[in-house]
Amino acid sequence: MEKFYQMWKEFGKNFEEGGKWQKLSSFYDAFDTFLFTPQTTSGRVGAQVHGGNDSKRTMILVVMALVPALLFGMFNVGYQHLLATGQLVAGGMTCALWWKAFGFGFLAVLPFILVSYIVGLGIEFTVAQIKHEEVAEGFLVTGFIIPLIVPINTPLWMVAIATAFAVIFAKEIFGGTGYNIFNVALIARAFLFFAYPSAMTGDHAFIREGGTWGWDSQAQLVDGFSGATPMGQLATTTDANLMPMDFWTAFNGLIPGSVGETCGWAILLGAILLICTGVASWKTMLSILATAGVTAWLFNAFGPETAVANYPWYMHLVSGGLLFGAVFMATDPVTSARTECGKWIYGALIGFMVIVIRVLNPGYPEGMMLAILLGNTFAPLIDWCVVRRNIKKRLARKEAVA
Amino acid sequence: MQQIFLKRGLDLPIDGKAELQVSSVRRPDIYRIVPDHFAGITPKLMVKVGDEVKAGSPVFHDKTFEEMLFTSPVSGRVVDIVRGDRRKVMSINIESDGKQEYEVLDTTAKDAAGVRALLMRSGLWCLIKQRPYDCIALPNKTPRAIFVSTFDTAPLAPDYEFVLRGQHVQLQAAVTALSKIAPVYVGIRYGAQATDFRALKDCTLYEVAGPHPAGNAGVQINHVLPMAKGDTMWTVNVQDMVLIGRLVMTGKADMQKLVALTGPLAYGKEYYKVLPGMPLSAIFAQNIHKELPCRLVAGNVLSGHQVSEDEAVSLYDNQYTVLDEGTMTHEFMGWLLPRFSEFHADKTDPASLMDNECARSWFGKRLYRWDARIKGGRRAIIVSGEYDKVFPMDIYPEYLLKAMIAGNLDKMEQLGANEVAPEDFALCEYVCTSKLPVQSIVRQALDTMRKEIE
Repeated sequence: MEKFYQMWKEFGKNFEEGGKWQKLSSFYDAFDTFLFTPQTTSGRVGAQVHGGNDSKRTMILVVMALVPALLFGMFNVGYQHLLATGQLVAGGMTCALWWKAFGFGFLAVLPFILVSYIVGLGIEFTVAQIKHEEVAEGFLVTGFIIPLIVPINTPLWMVAIATAFAVIFAKEIFGGTGYNIFNVALIARAFLFFAYPSAMTGDHAFIREGGTWGWDSQAQLVDGFSGATPMGQLATTTDANLMPMDFWTAFNGLIPGSVGETCGWAILLGAILLICTGVASWKTMLSILATAGVTAWLFNAFGPETAVANYPWYMHLVSGGLLFGAVFMATDPVTSARTECGKWIYGALIGFMVIVIRVLNPGYPEGMMLAILLGNTFAPLIDWCVVRRNIKKRLARKEAVA
Repeated sequence: MQQIFLKRGLDLPIDGKAELQVSSVRRPDIYRIVPDHFAGITPKLMVKVGDEVKAGSPVFHDKTFEEMLFTSPVSGRVVDIVRGDRRKVMSINIESDGKQEYEVLDTTAKDAAGVRALLMRSGLWCLIKQRPYDCIALPNKTPRAIFVSTFDTAPLAPDYEFVLRGQHVQLQAAVTALSKIAPVYVGIRYGAQATDFRALKDCTLYEVAGPHPAGNAGVQINHVLPMAKGDTMWTVNVQDMVLIGRLVMTGKADMQKLVALTGPLAYGKEYYKVLPGMPLSAIFAQNIHKELPCRLVAGNVLSGHQVSEDEAVSLYDNQYTVLDEGTMTHEFMGWLLPRFSEFHADKTDPASLMDNECARSWFGKRLYRWDARIKGGRRAIIVSGEYDKVFPMDIYPEYLLKAMIAGNLDKMEQLGANEVAPEDFALCEYVCTSKLPVQSIVRQALDTMRKEIE
């Protein structure tokens, strides 16, 4: 290892000021800090020892937490394809079909990940090079989330444009990772949602009916097949008592939906990792789920006579993107409330809004994206109020003494 | 007695505690008084090369407060005045005559004005620090209270029960003298066995329990007597109280103190009897690990500062730590792989599963590696709530820090900048995922505040 270290550092001299590849120094720098922990030592004053956690470790933990949802999402993409094309009938799962489902889904999802990372990291590296800064790791997570929250039939060029838009206009113009006010991945999705609404909703967005990489493109749809998501069905039905699925079907996640959002248990696995490592706030998650549950229950009890208002509160929690958003997106520390007390309020706002949007807005079957973006908007205000209380307390001391 | 129980904070399990025994250090010929050790003052020299001085004779005074004198720790002759850029005084070198004759000051005036005058004249005024600004107490202010913490919870901190053994008469004398100026509050570690501190009179005692930084005077002030706008608080280190006690009892400014040599890479880890101005090499000489590059730290690993062997002992030093610099360590994929040999304050590393009582009882006491590497690159503040876990004051550290970075004086004051010192943020800097130089930010902000407001 020592030999490799010396060789690598020798190679790095090409990227220094005056070296032949100095224009690529941010690339080298990113890979250098990726391979070897920086040798920087503490300053002359200040703490002389530092904890082992850094931005890279934090971000990679979120990526790890997303892996179960991604793997399941890949399988589900293939599974839905096999169902739609009639290759799989209920109860007819075989080992070969299982691998075909996973393989198909893997190949279908992989280009999304590649496009999102190449576009996003390309911009990040370029900006870092221009600003002479280190490449921040924030996009490792963003780039991983974007493929998980888009419908599988979204054209790749749309994903590329949305990613570029989000990274530039939601992050870099604010100053980069840590300075953005909106969750970058959600901005990418919101961009797609408003710029290309026809590709993002409807019966044909969430199931890959055609092939991938030319594989299985000849398969014919079964007659009368509908690819509507459960939330979509609820929003469009006239039957006020429609129950598109039961709880365990929703929790298991073998249903149409965005790639990573369908499977409750895969998301909860990620949540356990995030909470155990302390990377994401359990307060935000719990607050969202509790408030959403209560709000949905109130609509169950007192709401209008529509299918979505009658949809049981526990079903709301496992349907659509609520769980995924609560665990992975609302907890983004940069855009969420930063005070501990503020996190409860922030979560409650999101939990309340997501159900209100679902039930009362006829245009949007799913409200998580807008609820979190609204939460992001209000997070600084919530924190301001919490901190203000501390300031008032301090000012009151003066009066007690004077 | 008021009891304070703190939950937030962190104790770092570093090995290399000083043994409870005292060694003396060979007396050097030349003592160096370094004005830079006294932060925030501008020295005006009162001696010239060739002058004879006694221990306690003034050497220089502050430009703003001319009565604030800084005195010689030894008797002898001024042999050199070293100047740096723009004729800045770097050090005043005094050749010891080996006799250690003291200038004896008049101690008859026991009222507040008398005690103040004595401290200013003796050169020991600078041992009194004040909040706000964490600087040498401004003589034109009267404090609301004076806080003394009798224990230090920082990593490997000196054991003040040991350091003060047999000197409680002096401590009591100092408390009595300072109580003429303002009420004195003395903090005792909760459950501490020694009764000497509990027997102190003329002061209010309180007990504090909890992990570091429970021993910091700033934290204690925040819980015992929260500062209001316009308040000034004084804090004095407990060993420095003994110096003041000797002064008020005998009229001599005897600056002899005990410093602890600690740290994983130090040999001869024990207490040394030193005088300020001695070269540090007298202590470090034979006591440093030779194979690894070592970092010498004056103070503890959290709030101390790096020194080199050719610098001089400062009047403020109570502890030295010797640490691996870490430049010989090339860690492959340190952000991903578990670090089993290191201590983890958070749970992001799987190796942190080993940092609990159960694992320790099974595998025995673990020796952790410590080095001075930052282990990451500097980023914008990303993770939230990590400072709060180690900051047991009624303050939002992250918001205060942001106000400090932005240089917003009003906001800083509103958020409690008057109550903090850089050392209170030491653990924040240790846990910071974004690797911000937190204490330097606080230091600069407090200095700016003082310049703009005073």
